[in-house]
Amino acid sequence: MNSGLPEMPCQELVEVITDYLESAMPERDRIRFEEHLALCDDCREYVAQLERTRQLVGVIREQELDPEVREGLVEAFRGWIRSRD
Amino acid sequence: MSVSDTDVIAALRAGDEAAFGRLVDRLHPSLVRMARLYVSSDAVAEEVAQETWLGVLNGLDRFEQRSSLKTWIFRILTNIAKTRGAREGRTLPFSSVGGDEEDGHAVDPERFIPPDADRWPRHWAVSPVAWSTEPDERLLAGEVRDLILRTIDTLPPNQRAAIVMRDVEGWDAGDVRNELGVGDTNQRVLLHRARSRVRQALEDYFTQDG
Repeated sequence: MNSGLPEMPCQELVEVITDYLESAMPERDRIRFEEHLALCDDCREYVAQLERTRQLVGVIREQELDPEVREGLVEAFRGWIRSRD
Repeated sequence: MSVSDTDVIAALRAGDEAAFGRLVDRLHPSLVRMARLYVSSDAVAEEVAQETWLGVLNGLDRFEQRSSLKTWIFRILTNIAKTRGAREGRTLPFSSVGGDEEDGHAVDPERFIPPDADRWPRHWAVSPVAWSTEPDERLLAGEVRDLILRTIDTLPPNQRAAIVMRDVEGWDAGDVRNELGVGDTNQRVLLHRARSRVRQALEDYFTQDG
């Protein structure tokens, strides 16, 4: 079903994906966004890439700590405990 | 398994080294990453993060849990990092979207059919190279991870702050707005530009790689 609203061209769609994902889009644009996406393989791929990007960026949080840094901080903790005695 | 703040604080006050070590494991990399948004080098960011832990220990006996432990620790961090950044002569970078005008497009306009074309104006002329269904093993390999980190490092400061806080650290939009001192729309614009730049870097990577 088509709403009769003006089509959202690809170049407009790529600018507003984060607005869409954050539900910060006016209803009219949300309809235009979804209608375009239903018909455009390239934009579906593009949106999937942006979502995958977000997910990949989230994964880099898992990072290991330098054991020397860790040991230095634990040593500082010991010093703190001693200072309170 | 999640341990409550109250339990963690009690353990720290009782001198439980293992509890402190776990807290450091959990938060230190994030502290360094956040500090790096305010100071000029990785080395200084590391110092700021370490100084933060000393501040945590100094304040711990007086901490009244009006906020979560994590929020309190990050507040100590940003105070130290901002002071340090100011001393380095770095102006606080986050106040506006401006200054990034050259990055005003999510995708190079050259990749679209011109707006005045008779057929398919502003539609893809050069389609995105498909990589979204690449398997996790490939996407999470060290090379791609390094590429993402490098790309984030080259973003303008306010875009970098937005993507680090939202997508790396998982803050919600409201916390990011407060920290950056920007409105709702600007917060999304910054985040979107940052994500778009990282996406483009990934596309370039998968294109050259065949």
